[in-house]
Amino acid sequence: MSLLRSFLTVRAVREGRAQPAATVRHAHLSAEPLVFIPLRLAGEAAAPLAAMVGTGRADARLLGVANPRSRDQRFTFMAELAEIIVPYIQKYAAQVEISDTKSAYERCLDAPQILVPNPGGLAFIRLIGRSTRFRATEGPHAVAPQVPLLGRWLTFLHERSEFAGSAMLLAMTDLLAEHWVTGLSGPENVNLAGQLAWIDPPDGMTGQDAALIAEDPLRSPPAGPDTDPGFDRHVLKPLIDAPSPARLHEALRGQLEPTWELMWRAVDLLRAVPDADSAEGRWERDRTALARQNTWIAEGGLPPGRWDSAVAAARRLAGLEGAQQSYEASKAFDDPLVMAEHRAEGAAFTGRVITVDADRKIIPPGKKRLVARPLVTIGTSDPVRFAPGKKLLSPARPKQGTVLVSVDADIVTLQINSGMTKDATLPSPGEVVCYTELDPAGGRRPALPDVTETPWTHGGPPPEYVPTDEDAQEAWS
Amino acid sequence: MTPQDQSRATTAEILSDYTSGAHRGLVVDSPPGAGKTTLVVSTSIELVKADERLMIVAQTNEQVDDLVDKLASNAPGIDIGRLHAEGFEPPDRVTRHPGVTLHNKIENVENCQVVVATADKWAYISGRSWPWAIVDEAYQMRSDKLLAVASLFADGHALFVGDPGQLDPFSVIESDRWTGMAWDPLQSAVAVTQRTNNLKVHQLPVSWRLPASAAPVVSRAFYPAAGFSPGTAPGERRLELPVRGLPGPWDPTIEEATASGWALHELPDRHTVRTDPDVAHACAALARRILDRGAIAHDEHGSHPITPDRIAIGCAHNDQVAAVRAANPPPGVTIDTANRLQGREYDITLVWHPLSGRRDATAFHLESGRLCVLTSRHRHACIVVARAGIADLLDHHPSSPRMQLNVPIKFPDGWAANHTILAHLDQHRIQP
Amino acid sequence: MSRLDAIRGRSLPVDHDARRIAALAANPACDRRAVLDAAGIDKAKTVEHLGFPTRFGQSPFAVSRTQEFRATVKAHGGAHILRLLREVLGLSVEEAGYHDVGDVGADAGHGVRYRHTMAVLKSAAENPADAATLVDHPLLKLGVAGYDVYLEPDVIAFQVDRRFHVVAIKSFAIIDGQADSGKVSAAAREAAVYVHAMRDLFAQLGLDPERVSHDVVLICPKDFMNFPTACLVDVRLQLEALKRQLQRLAKIDTLLDRLPPGLSLDLQLDGETPTRPVPELSAALSSIPARYAPECLSACEMAYFCRDEARACGSLEALGRTVRDDLGGVASLPVAMDLIAGSGVPSAEHAAIAERLGFVRRIFDEVVA
Repeated sequence: MSLLRSFLTVRAVREGRAQPAATVRHAHLSAEPLVFIPLRLAGEAAAPLAAMVGTGRADARLLGVANPRSRDQRFTFMAELAEIIVPYIQKYAAQVEISDTKSAYERCLDAPQILVPNPGGLAFIRLIGRSTRFRATEGPHAVAPQVPLLGRWLTFLHERSEFAGSAMLLAMTDLLAEHWVTGLSGPENVNLAGQLAWIDPPDGMTGQDAALIAEDPLRSPPAGPDTDPGFDRHVLKPLIDAPSPARLHEALRGQLEPTWELMWRAVDLLRAVPDADSAEGRWERDRTALARQNTWIAEGGLPPGRWDSAVAAARRLAGLEGAQQSYEASKAFDDPLVMAEHRAEGAAFTGRVITVDADRKIIPPGKKRLVARPLVTIGTSDPVRFAPGKKLLSPARPKQGTVLVSVDADIVTLQINSGMTKDATLPSPGEVVCYTELDPAGGRRPALPDVTETPWTHGGPPPEYVPTDEDAQEAWS
Repeated sequence: MTPQDQSRATTAEILSDYTSGAHRGLVVDSPPGAGKTTLVVSTSIELVKADERLMIVAQTNEQVDDLVDKLASNAPGIDIGRLHAEGFEPPDRVTRHPGVTLHNKIENVENCQVVVATADKWAYISGRSWPWAIVDEAYQMRSDKLLAVASLFADGHALFVGDPGQLDPFSVIESDRWTGMAWDPLQSAVAVTQRTNNLKVHQLPVSWRLPASAAPVVSRAFYPAAGFSPGTAPGERRLELPVRGLPGPWDPTIEEATASGWALHELPDRHTVRTDPDVAHACAALARRILDRGAIAHDEHGSHPITPDRIAIGCAHNDQVAAVRAANPPPGVTIDTANRLQGREYDITLVWHPLSGRRDATAFHLESGRLCVLTSRHRHACIVVARAGIADLLDHHPSSPRMQLNVPIKFPDGWAANHTILAHLDQHRIQP
Repeated sequence: MSRLDAIRGRSLPVDHDARRIAALAANPACDRRAVLDAAGIDKAKTVEHLGFPTRFGQSPFAVSRTQEFRATVKAHGGAHILRLLREVLGLSVEEAGYHDVGDVGADAGHGVRYRHTMAVLKSAAENPADAATLVDHPLLKLGVAGYDVYLEPDVIAFQVDRRFHVVAIKSFAIIDGQADSGKVSAAAREAAVYVHAMRDLFAQLGLDPERVSHDVVLICPKDFMNFPTACLVDVRLQLEALKRQLQRLAKIDTLLDRLPPGLSLDLQLDGETPTRPVPELSAALSSIPARYAPECLSACEMAYFCRDEARACGSLEALGRTVRDDLGGVASLPVAMDLIAGSGVPSAEHAAIAERLGFVRRIFDEVVA
């Protein structure tokens, strides 16, 4: 959280409805997202109970397990789920183009987008992926061929979803919280129904009143994956003890349908927000990752093992950090409201250009030639916390590198160091400019050793990963 | 044994253990001001004498420059390479030494007897190897950074030195993906290397920085497993205030600190905004008053007036640093966050207590490493500025740490460390 | 302790279990919770009567899963347990004596079972020839707020090499060596209560309390199977927290002294039905200071009542700790709303936050306009 978000939380309560935290939508939104609401059986790590899934509001498919304790039925459920999800992904994975960059690479024309209600849904997808990707399709515990494939794709999507800015698998409550601030506290804000009650309250109602109604489990059943213990006790248990498939199906539908409606309402709300400039670029990286994964699977590559090696872990961490830094910065560059959040924290400032010394030339330290280093002075009423020497960028001229020379009361002096190409413009007196320490390009990161050359400090080279029989046959309680 | 003998014996033991080549790696735990740099310098001299090549990895450019300066001053005959990034402007304290070669390309420094650079710079070097390596501030180095440089000395012998009590390395990524794994990249370099190799650990036994008034309490609060002792006896370090005191809120605090080495300047109990203007003002005013009183420090090396560069004000947050800067502190006084004060030393420090004015204690504000850094930078006295009510705040805090399987628990617990320090400060409490 | 009895009234005190005691440490600043728990008040029944029924609870599926897993672990004379103990403690024992303290009969009183537990543990501890012993369902006792509280036996005590370990069986899964941190933390807090109680008992028996290890053996299902695996959990930090909490509860008198005289939370049960007028009970509860935070919603039965109260009196607490922290020093929501709107003149103590919020308001208006 930041001071701006706390400000907006109080403002939401004051105004009786959620406040915008963004002026543009920072996530790409697919024309055909797949909404997936899984439910799990209480007390089990990853035993599916039911799911509602589909690519359109009117196209809900309800999958259920009559007896969730039965291992066979779980795999039947997974096979049914795979029949829906795998073709949806493969449809996108199959269509590729070749980039027109210096070193050409493949990327898909478009990519799948799976939306789950909340972070619990993401975690459950990881577990479904983990519990199915190693399964054998022949032998004593054989499963349908689509099941391990489902596991591999869900694992891929989940791993990708941890990279900031990736949009192939998203949790709706995260997405909404990125774009609106409600009057709910952090722990309460993972309730989809409550969040939407604040963002879009019924006429004549405040967000708070609407949320109070929305948190009643009888009116808005939990959005999963955990079910309401009351429902388990009074409805589900009797229907499993004395099986009645038709009534069970209806009961599950009753638990899932309200969330289904909420998910599509949320999609509509998000669609009404205009796209952020850099969202397409991030989606392109998703499309590239999809093409790469598709080739890997097609060429017989193994599913990822249970653990990252030391090298894989470090490499992944570097990637996650780079993505995070670049996403934070891109959001601020695309959206003045996000930039305002950074201004409030002292990571950016806005002001009006007073003077520009465009012809200034100096000899930089360690160099011999005279080079152009224009000086810009800016008057600002933002508190500037940067120290001289700080490198700053401006969303208006992202390619122009500058360095802070001095801060004297409310006058900031910057020196422009780079990006003064022929068609580039310098800031001009009177112009309102914003400078920040954020950098959408992300930093350069050094190479790590090959996994076969893992040094002794990190345990030496790990044994090569080969899926074992244990992986494939892991009895599913 | 005198502290000098004790320290000398330990250093000799470490040196012989390391240079014997019997260990692939050794860890040296060094409490605040225990002579880590001196150890690095004498190890370097020893290896150069034996005609060996050594690489040294530190974490920041400032640390590298400090090390190069110390090494070149102590052993002017050594041929030292200072490898740096392109565009880096080396400070005078490095360029003044004729024996130091500075360059951004490894080709131009690799033939030096000792090559020093940051971990970030070393990570771009490949295809070379060194038989000896020292990794400095290894507890502040993230394990993935070690992975990027370890191949350079993987066939040789490494000495990991650092302070286990200070702040752990940090990442913007919060992921449970690797939790419990021995090589979790979010851990420190030492933690990973120890979990996979169980190296022999030495400990430096004497703090030369902390005075006799501070070493025991810092040792008890932050190093409960292996304590250390002060290098000077009580009374050996002394502060004098030649200028007479004035009535007002500041002098009693300063006098308590000069008399006992500690003071808690306690403002009235109130929940406040993080940038509490009263605390900011008190930090700045106390620093000014110390200078106005013409404070003189007497220690084992003689006497010197306390100048602004010998005073630091330490905070938990950047915006607190900005608040102190805005409160008109004396020019030349260092004002910084705990993270950036790591490894530095002053005569007097003023500490903005991380829990001051807070309603809740969070893991960040309780972190023992943060308080340890803030309360262990001084040679003479430490003044803590805080709102009253921290004891209650601690009592009200649900101190049940988040548990993870296969993750070794960490001592000391931030809660307990905070209590120990607070109980000690209670004896030096001044309410203006 | 007649004061606590008077507060509870005619209802019977609810039993404490380790989970309840462990939960005390969750929000130690809350007097309301401390008083209610020390007095043994049935919180679930109380809030239900007040119209704020508890939202959490255990699903019957979770309950039966736990029972089934426990049975699997204990089957065949604890064969799994012995295998796992050999693995995690690096033992070579082939067999262990097995005592079920629960054998004295479920209807035997707490006192009888406690004395039986004492006898069994004592004889095992004092028998130098004892190679390995499993003591199932040990009934332990703990002093809480001046009361002796019996802990429902949920664990096994295991002695090997003259050292006892608490063995806790939980039904959450350990998948690829990892488990849900919230569940591991809860299990550790609970196990610490047993370690503490066992050390107490050892001290009473004149045995060295340190013979009860701070390393607890946690047994859980492995991956997605019904097959048990185990992990050692070091509960030293939890033991410290528990000790502090028990010391605080021991001083509950000072807390009670601040409450209105004659305070009663009696539900005035008629059979199973509370007849106490709701406004009266509600007012009585409100006279015990609470410290609500949204985190309570998933941890305390009282939470929805306390949230309603916090909202009704305009406490900023209801918006969560982060907001409370960012708006340091502001405790009231109406004041916070004035400050963000810039209406009215801020008081001197709010000058600093008012200035920061004024800046935020200016840049927000600038962008949104």
